Amino acid sequence: MSQIEKQRVWVSGTPRLWRYNPIGARQCAGCHSPIVERIICEVIEEMGIEGNVICVTGIGCSALANFLFDFDSLKVAHGRPVDAATGVKRALRGRPVVFTLQGDGDCIGLGGGALISAASRAEKITVIMANNAVYGQTRGQMAPTTLVGQVTTTTPFGRSPAEHGYPIHTAELVAQIKGTAYSVRTAVNNPANYQRTKKYLKTAFQKQIDNVGFTFVEILEACPTLWRMSPVESLKWLEEVLMAEFPLGEFKNVDKIE
Amino acid sequence: MSERLLVEGNEAVGYGALDAGCDCYFGYPITPQNEIIEWLSRELPKRGGVVLQAQCETSTINMVQGAAATGARVMTSTSGPGWSLMQEGMSNIATAEVPCVVVLVQRGGPGTGGLRQVQMDYNSVTKGGGHGDYRNIVLAPASVQETYELMQLAFYLADKYRVAVVVLSDALIGQMMEPLELKKLDFGPLPSKEDWVVTGKSYHKDGVKHMSLIVKGTPDDPRFPTWLSFPKHLYEKYQTIEKNEVRYEAVALEDASLVIVAFGYMGRISKGAVKIARGEGLKVGLLRPITLWPFPKEAIAQLAERGFTFLVVEDNFGQMVEDVRAAVCGHGSGGIHLLNMFARSSSADGALIHPRRIVEECKQILGGNR
Repeated sequence: MSQIEKQRVWVSGTPRLWRYNPIGARQCAGCHSPIVERIICEVIEEMGIEGNVICVTGIGCSALANFLFDFDSLKVAHGRPVDAATGVKRALRGRPVVFTLQGDGDCIGLGGGALISAASRAEKITVIMANNAVYGQTRGQMAPTTLVGQVTTTTPFGRSPAEHGYPIHTAELVAQIKGTAYSVRTAVNNPANYQRTKKYLKTAFQKQIDNVGFTFVEILEACPTLWRMSPVESLKWLEEVLMAEFPLGEFKNVDKIE
Repeated sequence: MSERLLVEGNEAVGYGALDAGCDCYFGYPITPQNEIIEWLSRELPKRGGVVLQAQCETSTINMVQGAAATGARVMTSTSGPGWSLMQEGMSNIATAEVPCVVVLVQRGGPGTGGLRQVQMDYNSVTKGGGHGDYRNIVLAPASVQETYELMQLAFYLADKYRVAVVVLSDALIGQMMEPLELKKLDFGPLPSKEDWVVTGKSYHKDGVKHMSLIVKGTPDDPRFPTWLSFPKHLYEKYQTIEKNEVRYEAVALEDASLVIVAFGYMGRISKGAVKIARGEGLKVGLLRPITLWPFPKEAIAQLAERGFTFLVVEDNFGQMVEDVRAAVCGHGSGGIHLLNMFARSSSADGALIHPRRIVEECKQILGGNR
């Protein structure tokens, strides 16, 4: 047993798939990413697909999960998980459940073209996009989802529509595409939304397993560090400001693409 | 007797891929390689393979990376502008160490350039092309038959070393029709992919998860490479390839005093030039690198030691000539001459450097006029 595994502390109720992280916990206090990672582990365990699931991450805070998850995974270039997931899914002839775990910059910024094309092809994968309205790993620059007026390190006077335009509503956008079977926006800010997110993710995976079409789950996440707030303040901002711009709910849910 | 066909070089890519057991093809249309994606779209699915036309070359190379990580034999093909888009993926594939084959059918550049043959992508394919320190194995065919055979070799070398192998074709060889004799080549056993493929945990013997990462280096876990041990591993792998995988064709080198160095179709045209020159009593030989990386630098150094003079013939400004200079440096005092694209017969985009022109250059060099 390695040194790292000896140091590992098991917490009662922790998902079995949630394993050691040799590069250390990297997320800041109050970050919602670990909550989402835990939900993913719980959903996989409850659906009984743990030996037959592959995660594809890109670059960004949300993509630190490879070491954490106790199942097969790939880490590819920024913006490219959707393409790589397509390669994995096709090469394995559709057998495993394949999902990507991406941030908003990764998914709709650099990877926007790939996302739209994969949805149009009705690619049988699930894209999980974390939306925190900033670039996290590069420390707080403007993201495609940054709100109008929001101060970031590259919009020091606030995002101005005249100069920087408007945030992208990815879940609504993906819902417009014919190949999409399921598109939803959710959050993990309270226990009710935690349970809802689990239900949504299960639905997405099930539609992937049933070969219905492309499935997309957008999750609003708090980033206290880069929003320059305490964790409690950031929850309030997420509920009052971010949710006002990005409403929660299912935007598309079909069992068959006609 | 085995089957003989009359096919284009681009179709020979397809035949080679099939006989190598290619499982997945991801591509995007671009002239002059459209015959590859069209041919494979027709033929590969019949044999249970996967073909997918993506939305751009950036996507194809990342789909290739994903599919290759599952252990499938996977390839893509493109031309210059698409090759530029693929560089991010090529760099990541080097770090992820997933085996794949990329066929680059060269066309005129820089920019969108022309659609006819050139050899302008030599530096880009042999020196890496993307960011970071890495190499691709580069195989340069000079005929339709060789394209078919090198495709099979490419898949073998990719699996053997877990690298990307580039088959460097061009508009001329890709779109030229020649007889092709089909024969499956056997290069020997390969290491198992069992211990690294990403296929789902329960599909592994020991049930331990596999990760395919483009970020390598952890500070404190002995199971993963560190910031220094990973580049060292890559470096040693590339050194092994340089030691073991050099391939070239030698023509009439025994008694030559002038050696032409040329690859691809210019190698083939130079072979014609050697024949003419020998007929005229000129002591000219040819060294045609088949692997552009690893470059046959030892062979060239040995020729230089014997006092030979070199004439590098290439259909670009002069890119391989730098590798020849580096190989000769410190070995003998023979001169190194260059005949580049400006020796073409005309300004038409399909023009070539003709064998007669090469022979003329040889005469000038041997006569002491260069």
